[in-house]
Amino acid sequence: MRIASQGILNQDKEITFYFDSKPYKGFLGDTVASALLANDVYLVGRSFKYHRPRGILGIGSEEPNALISVHKGRRVEPNVRATVQEIYQGLIVTSQNSWPNLKFDALATNDIAARFLSAGFYYKTFMWPPRFWEALYEPIIRRAAGLGRLDSKTDDDNYDQNFLFCDLLIIGGGPSGLLSALLTARAGLDVILVDENAIFGGQLRFENTIIDGDHCKDWVDSCLVELKSLDNVRMISRATVFGVYDQGTFGVLERLSHHVQNSENDAVLDRYHRIVASSSILASGSIERHIAFGNNDRPGIMMASAVRGYLNHYGVSAGKSVSIFGNNDDAFNTAYDLNNAGVEIAAYIDSRSDAGIQGDFPIFRGAEVYDTGGRLALEHICIRDEKGERRIQTDCLGVAGGWNPSIHLSCHTNSKPEWNSEIAAFTSKENSVPGMKVVGSANGHFTTSACFKSVLEVVNELLNSKGIKIKSKSPPKASDADYNISPLWAVEGHKRAWLDFQNDVTTKDIKQSVAENFSSVEHMKRYTTQGMATDQGKGSNVISIALLADASGESIESTGTTTFRPPYTPISIGAIGSSGRDKGFAPERFTTTHSTSIALAAPMIEAGLWYRPSYYPKIGENDWLQSCNREVLSVRKNVGICDVSTLGKIELQGKDAGKFLDFVYTNSFSSLAVGRVRYGLMLREDGFVMDDGTSARLSENSYLMTTTTAAAGSVMRHLDFVHQAYRPDLDVRFVSVTEQWAQFAVSGPRSRDVISSILDEPLNKKDWSFMACGEVKVMGVKARLFRISFSGELGFELAIPSRYGASLFNVLKLEADQHGGGIYGMEAMNVMRLEKGFITHAEIDGRATAYDVGMQRMLSQKKDFIGNKMAQRPGLLDPNRERLVGLKMKGSTSSLKAGSQLFNIYDEPLADNNQGFISSAAFSPVENCYVGLAFFRRGPERWGERINAVNFMADTQLECEVCNPVFYDPDGNKMHA
Amino acid sequence: MRILCPNCGERDIREFYYRGSAQDLHRPNLEDSLSDWHEFLHLRDNTAGEIRDLWYHEKGCNSWLVVTRNTVTHEIIKTELVKNTGEVRA
Repeated sequence: MRIASQGILNQDKEITFYFDSKPYKGFLGDTVASALLANDVYLVGRSFKYHRPRGILGIGSEEPNALISVHKGRRVEPNVRATVQEIYQGLIVTSQNSWPNLKFDALATNDIAARFLSAGFYYKTFMWPPRFWEALYEPIIRRAAGLGRLDSKTDDDNYDQNFLFCDLLIIGGGPSGLLSALLTARAGLDVILVDENAIFGGQLRFENTIIDGDHCKDWVDSCLVELKSLDNVRMISRATVFGVYDQGTFGVLERLSHHVQNSENDAVLDRYHRIVASSSILASGSIERHIAFGNNDRPGIMMASAVRGYLNHYGVSAGKSVSIFGNNDDAFNTAYDLNNAGVEIAAYIDSRSDAGIQGDFPIFRGAEVYDTGGRLALEHICIRDEKGERRIQTDCLGVAGGWNPSIHLSCHTNSKPEWNSEIAAFTSKENSVPGMKVVGSANGHFTTSACFKSVLEVVNELLNSKGIKIKSKSPPKASDADYNISPLWAVEGHKRAWLDFQNDVTTKDIKQSVAENFSSVEHMKRYTTQGMATDQGKGSNVISIALLADASGESIESTGTTTFRPPYTPISIGAIGSSGRDKGFAPERFTTTHSTSIALAAPMIEAGLWYRPSYYPKIGENDWLQSCNREVLSVRKNVGICDVSTLGKIELQGKDAGKFLDFVYTNSFSSLAVGRVRYGLMLREDGFVMDDGTSARLSENSYLMTTTTAAAGSVMRHLDFVHQAYRPDLDVRFVSVTEQWAQFAVSGPRSRDVISSILDEPLNKKDWSFMACGEVKVMGVKARLFRISFSGELGFELAIPSRYGASLFNVLKLEADQHGGGIYGMEAMNVMRLEKGFITHAEIDGRATAYDVGMQRMLSQKKDFIGNKMAQRPGLLDPNRERLVGLKMKGSTSSLKAGSQLFNIYDEPLADNNQGFISSAAFSPVENCYVGLAFFRRGPERWGERINAVNFMADTQLECEVCNPVFYDPDGNKMHA
Repeated sequence: MRILCPNCGERDIREFYYRGSAQDLHRPNLEDSLSDWHEFLHLRDNTAGEIRDLWYHEKGCNSWLVVTRNTVTHEIIKTELVKNTGEVRA
């Protein structure tokens, strides 16, 4: 119920929102939780396993119970905490985990069968018989499993990412965080202050503490005014520091538009910040914990501090007749605030017989709540003290079991916290995270004045370490009393007492876990699922550790905690991916002729990040093979043009450039004459082929290396490593010029005519023998011409600065057309290189040696080079190895596929009989049949044999003839023409 | 994770390419035995504590670095250019 005189919300203007289709009213600043409580709605969800009715337990992001689905636009977001979701006009939320509805849930029968469903039930029950798993058990479990329902539609929300740097990151904008920010910002540090809530203030939002004579809300406001006036402070609210990573890196998720109605479609939903900070202050506060007593999970049973917070901040009383059960002096504040606001207090129950509370309401000292009643909402509690047992009517019970410092972030880098028996809680060790200091209640200081004192110490030390001398001032004065906790974890009783509310873990489950020898904290967690729900046990883990310690006869200290891992609260994968979706995941690299190819309707295929034309269809052609065959024959007969700019180009300069190439290639390059090109084979140090390509000697001290498209990056890394690590003595520098030059292959018997017709000076045939290179001019532009061939025909490659690429391509295309040819794509290029037996990364796949691909002769005996020694290993020179051969499939129209496995005609196609595999295959218009390159046992000795190529995917078996891998012009007469 | 590049300053891990143990710097001679080469190429310690690894500042200055790092605490103790380690020929 709402109390007009309480809270800070503006209660003039009402907002309507919908919960399970029913309209409710609230105010701006309300969360779904506060607004539902204001409307006396207590039942908000069902638990995971037993489908027990569950209400709102807490007031912040630690909430385990009140999980709802938010419907926004065409999307549904499940498992949103009602305590975090702010309401706006027209907000639609629904409850989860119940069917047919929240008040009558069919699966609540699980609760009746509870004694069969205890910890380990699944592990024990669904084991036998094994065949039942797939048919029966898995489908049933899958249907019952999961909280909420995943929206299977594409996530079309916008996400954003950001990189921030600062001197000091302050995590948490409560009293400690605000004071830390003020003191450090005044001293000139570049500060970022992050808080997960909509407004700053932390616990002070919920309190009536007096600071320096003013109400704490006024103190917070004055802090914010000053912080906002400082240029060196950045404040981010609704942002959760969810993870701490090495060297001062923090992951932060900022929720930008979950709290507003869909405005524009391009509104950013979440922003993922990576913050790098040389120092950090963890002021993340603390979370109040429950006490395990019988039926402690009914709607209406909440944390006492939440009851206080809903009253003081939202002006909402969580019940009409509220009772409180505590074991520490902080519980008093809830009673006092409720009493002052005129809310009826049914009972104040304290487990300590000397509890110093005074007030005009029923007080029970040395008493315990041991059971509760009420089906869908709390109706009464049962308490016992030295006078006996009694039942008290109440519709809300606030439980104050003590506070747990929120030390999670200080433990993300694997530091374990230590038990502090004075406050009955875990605190983090000093320097758990390098550069991070923990202050305030996150460090176990449970009064505002103690928080301020701890901030002053830490800030002074921090500034001192940065060489900043400021006068140490006295901290603000806060009115508050001591904490005085006397731990109470569980109350004796025979009713089920709940620990993890979302996963339905009870005190009995912990005992059973120990009885079955799962007594290590990590084992207990997995056996019982304690702390494995979406709240990660923020409120329940410490109680369960205390009970585990008790059951196993260990101390809490030696029992320890489970491992704290990011994220602190659930985060959207969409935000982490943000710009890495779609094109952002795989940026596109376009050649200079991309738009020309698109205009000519060429289907593009990906080559790494590059896009290359597959083929250029002509009117009347029905499929790609027809176009491809036409392109191949046109090159073989006349001439063709192909964009080969994607090949890696690395320019090397220096007087030792040749020596350097000698060391990275198996063959010699220092002996190459200026104006000549040579094919080079590059090995990895383990003797396997790394890459291949041609290198041209442009001048005495300058070479141009080409790499395959795929390996351009890794070859560059390799060259840098070899130079810096092994041969820094060599005077050579190199740089990638892949994108600086557009390069076109001009291939075919009439290629010389095409080249001649566009050069400023005609080609002199004598100067341009096979493997010649040099500078030429095209329409006044300096270009590089290489007489190399990847097609097996007379061929050239012409390179021009990229800005002229598109226009040169058009010129070449026009010339080729006039010479009876045209342009060709990757399919035709692949067919021609295959007909010629040239290898690509389909062959040099990391498992092939020079010996395997028939290039053993290229391994120089006169010098050391990368891979030399290991290529000599006997196993790599074994004639039994699978080695390169050609395959021809005459007399069949079936298509031969790469990946097919080879078997002797007389053998069963079984793994033991395998003779090799096909690495590349294509239809050869020249041979008029399918041909392939294959790796075949003792291959070169077995030309002429017939073998079976078995494609297990397509279930085909095709007979082929083993042959020379060079199908076309084996003597090279055409290439050398 | 952040790495201090001696040329460029402290940079995010995503600017770097990881290669492996700095043992790669100690390439045997051609005359050395195959077993020496095998050890150089294939055998690595699995250290809980300080290790020396090769990193490449690929999206920066293209320098290869030796990074001394503690695998237990994740502390980066030292970063140096490969050529300044004194382990490569001058």
